[in-house]
Amino acid sequence: MSEVLNISRRDFLKTSALIGGGLVLGISLPLRGSLAQPSGEQTAGLTPNAFVRIGTDDSVTIIVNHSEMGQGVYTSLPMLVAEELGCNWKMLRVEAAPVDAVYNHTAFGMQMTGGSTSVWSEYDRLRMVGAAAREMLIAAAAEIWKVDKRTCRAENGMVVHTGGKKLTFGELADRAAAMPVPKDVKLKDPKHYKIIGKPTHRLDTPIKVNGKAMFGMDVSIPNMLIAVVARPPVFGGKVLSVNAIKAKALPGVLDVVQVPSGVAVLARGFWQAKQGRDALDIAWDEGQNANLSTAGLREQYANLAKTPGTVAAKKGDADAALAKAEKKLSAEYEVPYLAHATMEPMNCTVDLRSDSCEIWVGTQFQTVDRAAAAAVAGLKPEQVKIHTMYLGGGFGRRANPAADFVTEAVHVAKAAKAPVKVIWTREDDTKGGYYRPMWYDRIASGLDRKGNPVAWKHTIVGQSIVAGTPFEKAMVKDGIDHTSVEGAADLPYAIPSLSVDLHSPKNGVPVLWWRSVGHSHTAFVVESFIDELAAVARKDPYEYRKKLLAGHSRHLGVLKLAAEKVGWKKPLPKGRGRGIAVHNSFGSYVAQVAEVSVGPKGEVRVHKVVCAVDCGRYVNPDTIRAQMESAIAFGLSATLHSEITLKDGRVEQGNFHDYQILGLNEMPKVEVHIMPSMEKPGGIGEPGVPPVAPAVANAVFNAVGIRLRNLPMTPSTVLEAIKRA
Amino acid sequence: MISLDINGKQYAVDVSPDVPLLWVIRENVQLTGTKYGCGMAQCGACTVHVDGEAIRSCVTPVSTVAGKKITTIEAVGTTAAGKAVQEAWIAEDVPQCGYCQSGHIMQAAALLAKNPKPADADIDIQVSGNLCRCGTYPRIRKAIHRAAGTIAKGDKS
Repeated sequence: MSEVLNISRRDFLKTSALIGGGLVLGISLPLRGSLAQPSGEQTAGLTPNAFVRIGTDDSVTIIVNHSEMGQGVYTSLPMLVAEELGCNWKMLRVEAAPVDAVYNHTAFGMQMTGGSTSVWSEYDRLRMVGAAAREMLIAAAAEIWKVDKRTCRAENGMVVHTGGKKLTFGELADRAAAMPVPKDVKLKDPKHYKIIGKPTHRLDTPIKVNGKAMFGMDVSIPNMLIAVVARPPVFGGKVLSVNAIKAKALPGVLDVVQVPSGVAVLARGFWQAKQGRDALDIAWDEGQNANLSTAGLREQYANLAKTPGTVAAKKGDADAALAKAEKKLSAEYEVPYLAHATMEPMNCTVDLRSDSCEIWVGTQFQTVDRAAAAAVAGLKPEQVKIHTMYLGGGFGRRANPAADFVTEAVHVAKAAKAPVKVIWTREDDTKGGYYRPMWYDRIASGLDRKGNPVAWKHTIVGQSIVAGTPFEKAMVKDGIDHTSVEGAADLPYAIPSLSVDLHSPKNGVPVLWWRSVGHSHTAFVVESFIDELAAVARKDPYEYRKKLLAGHSRHLGVLKLAAEKVGWKKPLPKGRGRGIAVHNSFGSYVAQVAEVSVGPKGEVRVHKVVCAVDCGRYVNPDTIRAQMESAIAFGLSATLHSEITLKDGRVEQGNFHDYQILGLNEMPKVEVHIMPSMEKPGGIGEPGVPPVAPAVANAVFNAVGIRLRNLPMTPSTVLEAIKRA
Repeated sequence: MISLDINGKQYAVDVSPDVPLLWVIRENVQLTGTKYGCGMAQCGACTVHVDGEAIRSCVTPVSTVAGKKITTIEAVGTTAAGKAVQEAWIAEDVPQCGYCQSGHIMQAAALLAKNPKPADADIDIQVSGNLCRCGTYPRIRKAIHRAAGTIAKGDKS
């Protein structure tokens, strides 16, 4: 069945969204007249809307409004346009969109990439964009040939008449530009799709294997200086005094300037700037966070977890049900602060003039960054131009409401009165904050005589990500930051009474969304604890879940698929264990089965992960596989290695030797199975992360009988747990 | 002045002898395919070849490689192993964000130049010093095996 979508029907894309605390309504399809053209760009040919440009040379350029950070949007989003346009895929080019309201996220009302939303949020708009352009090209050809439009079709970069006449898109481009934008467009019947749903090679692979892809770090502009910044050793600290004599005496150091975030040393090259930065002698006012420590926070959180928090979800009387339960069980789970550790450390290049500001940066948050940069520069947002470069990883770090790495660079450029690239060292990046919050969870349940849970009480303690940001007003409802309890407050298991409550303590550690956000801890707790209940009930953890998920067909679908593909009942070699977890996040459902063993030194070895995913209708299945592989590696880093800790207000980790991530030799065999689905498209960048940790923890329990409730599962914590058991 | 042979071209650079090769390649020679990731030989993003050996340019003082043959990602495709690796990387669609991939490709090309048919255990030993936060590891392994296959075919013909 084909869809007819009316372009002028505003409510089709109308959404409520937030920019800086206000509500913006009504986002319409950008059409001719509301174009955001990159300045100085040649406009010959057909530019039917802000997303497509067809050149008289047959080139087709798709202007992509989402940032490419590895998740494949520079391929999947053009696929949506190309399917309807009928262009020649080989002639297609991709360009990063400038910042303009026409490129706003269709659901969030600002230009951004995050929340695993790129494909579903553009699914309709970009197909319409392609279809509208196609209709204009067909109209032009029909006019030339004096034939009925209905006897023409677009394919492979040409308009073809049933009588055999052909004209290329390039030949038609100028005339098509004069055609009216169609009011209604008919979209293809999905069963005729030639591109959507087919494994498609990424368009950015060739330039990512020959060094040509330009990341923010690679930008060079005339007369640019490199800056390395000394930031306070404690979050919220301030410069008291600076002695820059030694730094300034170093060869190549050109200037030392103070900015709100610290002291910047400027040089022609990174090495000189870094040597200079390291030679600074700064007296810091360390402020109120100088006593922060992980041990202190744990104690505070553990005490809070014993008291009732703000109610996030409630069903029945969990206390009463718990009191009457046949068997009772309670546990505490803990996960640490985590850095995003993108392979490309933060950086930003700024050319600030009296009436303009040009910025080159890998960012997920163009609208926020532009507004923040404008405020620092004393300019209007329209005077700030952002060039979105390839992102050497994002994972949420490059979507910061505080726009930290952008505003700092504008400050440095302003103080230095020169074009500047600020480069963060790996240590600066690791110690720079904006972490996944540390979480402490206390959870209790009671079982009836048959082993069925009758009550579920879950108390969550951890900082709110949006507290104190412009997003707070819209995202915190009745004292609950939804991102703190997602995946816990919406528990899918059939349990007659439930209470989930939240403490959101404040402290000076900057926190931020980190790939899969709240789900990164709630899935670990929920899916581990369900396993604990199954063990107490002496039931198979897969069968136990299946029974409690009755009616949740998409959870069940992936759960069964993963179990079937791994051969859940098949015996394992001695010493190996198998664990299962299932979780719904970002509109998609993922189940994983991990197979593990535990070495004599306490090292957890993950041999295999079988992953089943239902993300609804999908665009590029190869990207789905890649994102599941990626999420498993990302989740395993947090499960086995990574941890940010504080002592005397200072972050104790700095580089990959002490903030470890998974290595190639530790990567398990991964199998990905995609559930065929006609459901609404869901997210894919994040949903693979949440099930990883609980699947591994449950597998460790299955292998050696110990329950690991703290992450990461370092060898020493595993040995300790074995000793205790 | 320090004389460098990078990708077959001669460069005379006026830098202090202790500056890491990485920054000379990126800033003085302006070949930005070689990446900065950690600055202490922990991640491999900066890997280049010096006389055919894969080295971490972020901890290699530029003076120690004067006169030696330096190859970067921009020219690794001129070698048989490098070309096979790049093609295999495209066939397997290895990169995601792509930032670490230059280093991975340089590491894999050096491995295959010496050991044209590496076993998984060889790959574990030779390539595990290169980190990838996107977790492209399964595809890296597959692509190395694929490149090895290409090289083996080339030898027979």
